Amino acid sequence: MANLVLRDLVKSYDKTEVLHSISLAVEDGEFVVFVGPSGCGKSTTLRLIAGLEEVTSGTIEIAGRVVNNLEPKDRDIAMVFQNYAIYPHMTVRKNIGFGLRSSKAPKAEKHKRIESVAELLGMTAYLDRKPSQLSGGQRQRVAIGRAMVRDPAVFLFDEPLSNLDAQLRTQMRLEIKKLHQRVGSTIVFVTHDQVEAMTMADRIVIMKDGHIQQVGTPAEVYHQPANTFVARFIGAPAMNMIPGVARPGGGVALSTGGTLDLGRALPEGRDIILGIRPEDLHTGHDTAVIEGAVNLREPLGHETLIYVETANGDVIAKADGRTPPEVGEVVHLGAAPENIHVFDAATGEALR
Amino acid sequence: MAVTDEIAIKPSSEALLRDGPGKPPRNMGQILRFLLLFAGGVLMVMPIAFMISTSLKWPHEVYNLNFIPEEPTLENYTYVLEDGRFYWWFLNSIVIAVITTISSVLFDSLVGYTLCKFRFPGRYIVFIAILSTLMIPTEMLVIPWYLMSQQFGWLDTYWGIMFPGLMTAFGTFLMKQFFETVPDDFIEAARIDGLNELQIWWTVAMPLVRPALAALAIFVFLGNWTAFIWPLIVTNSVEMYTLPVGLSSFGDEADVAWELIMTGAAISTIPTLIVFLIFQRFIIRGVVMAGLKG
Ligand SMILES: Nc1ncnc2c1ncn2[C@@H]1O[C@H](COP(=O)(O)OP(=O)(O)OP(=O)(O)O)[C@@H](O)[C@H]1O
Ligand SMILES: [Mg+2]
Repeated sequence: MANLVLRDLVKSYDKTEVLHSISLAVEDGEFVVFVGPSGCGKSTTLRLIAGLEEVTSGTIEIAGRVVNNLEPKDRDIAMVFQNYAIYPHMTVRKNIGFGLRSSKAPKAEKHKRIESVAELLGMTAYLDRKPSQLSGGQRQRVAIGRAMVRDPAVFLFDEPLSNLDAQLRTQMRLEIKKLHQRVGSTIVFVTHDQVEAMTMADRIVIMKDGHIQQVGTPAEVYHQPANTFVARFIGAPAMNMIPGVARPGGGVALSTGGTLDLGRALPEGRDIILGIRPEDLHTGHDTAVIEGAVNLREPLGHETLIYVETANGDVIAKADGRTPPEVGEVVHLGAAPENIHVFDAATGEALR
Repeated sequence: MAVTDEIAIKPSSEALLRDGPGKPPRNMGQILRFLLLFAGGVLMVMPIAFMISTSLKWPHEVYNLNFIPEEPTLENYTYVLEDGRFYWWFLNSIVIAVITTISSVLFDSLVGYTLCKFRFPGRYIVFIAILSTLMIPTEMLVIPWYLMSQQFGWLDTYWGIMFPGLMTAFGTFLMKQFFETVPDDFIEAARIDGLNELQIWWTVAMPLVRPALAALAIFVFLGNWTAFIWPLIVTNSVEMYTLPVGLSSFGDEADVAWELIMTGAAISTIPTLIVFLIFQRFIIRGVVMAGLKG
């Protein structure tokens, strides 16, 4: 177990810089999730930590020791790959034990470790099978077991659940989380699925185009997104973004028509964007200023999502599940001022 | 790759299991296809059948191109097997074919792996250089080989016969292509687990390309077992001859003793059959394994 510190990490392939000055401190025992769209540099960051790629500049510290020039095997890390990377020609036992090949521990002790890891993962009955005789979830467990058996300081996971079906993914998500609680090691987990990020992470790192956009707890990135990118990336369906102009006295003239009083001081005359999550945008609100006709309904059971056509594009809002408005019906939507996020239209940064 | 294998192989083998070997042909197209295949089969088997037939004939009957010998005899076999030279040649061929096979399979896959999985300056040039040697026919190389062997005193030695075949450009190319199917994740995972590069090659990559190794082993063994020109040039003494060279020398005397040559050739197909039977199992097993994976 150990902390992990990235300092001004830069990675270039030839002339193209794909990671721009990434800095991050991961506490001992913390579960950090990197999330972001495809190609934003999540895997690259992980591979730099693992030592599979060379750092262009900046430093990586594991347990207070700079590891830039250490081989992957000397960094005291273990990595679980997206396609498991378990060897088809070896049994589960051999695969799990593979992580111990270079260890000098006596055979009996290695054996005991393999058994105990298998037990922890519920794989004892499968130890003598080949991977081809396992289900996807079981293969994933073998891959995790192979990482665990070495008892590394830091676990690295690169989208380990993306090859599983939805149900299994939910189950493995819980299992990994439980495992973390039991073993208590430092984990860096990469995913492009924001639900995975929200449910598993102690802290989320949101990346885009090789830049960190925001680092925070799931609650922080959800309730206080640092910019429009984070605001739209976290939460589904995505946050409604409504352009407007700040008026003297705290009002905002919306592009959809009407003026909304946020009750807080905003730089006068500035172009801003109001962000309102669909779940915060209701019918029957007393400050309802957004008006439009319902053009689509998505019943989810306990509530119904309605797509409302306003003067400036669609917004998504939430309506009661029992008596939702009809398609074609004109509705008035509003949100509590504390649930309205304000962003600078020019930079996309949150205005607080 | 794995997935396509599964799709391609499973249904057809399952169909075969379900329906048994083919039903009688139903339409003209099918009949034509069977006839073509049959003709191909006959064409392939003819020389072998003729070889065996000739080996069972008396010398006076050899130029009588009848298929069934009038008086079949095993005399030729007794003669060849009692001639001490045959054993020498057989042994020489075995030693040379086995060593060159092991050596090429090992070095071709080592170089192929390196060219496939490592990025280093000049990698492309090395690859092209190796490939380009494929375009030079053996006949053009034997003179430089001969001069070289002469300089180093390799004439009429095992080493002299073997050295050109210890590595093959074709094998290197084949193995490079096959290592492309080994996911990089497998290699990186092993690297993290602390294996050195040689161990990764041997314990992770090699078992995954076993079918290719088996195919290569068959090719190389056959190539060296039947090699003629170079062994003929580099050897002088009868004891150093390989089987093909030795067999052809049956004809050096007054007349070409075809019945003896054919007898020797018939016997010499036995090791190639054994090699094929051994390695073919790996090819089939490998394909099945690849089909189930992933
Ligand atoms: N070997 C390489 N050579 C050149 N560019 C690369 C290389 N590897 C990655 N890149 C580039 O670096 C950027 C980040 O890639 P990376 O694999 O880290 O993305 P990612 O966030 O993991 O995406 P995904 O969710 O699709 O896995 C991409 O733009 C990619 O094109
Ligand atoms: Mg990735």
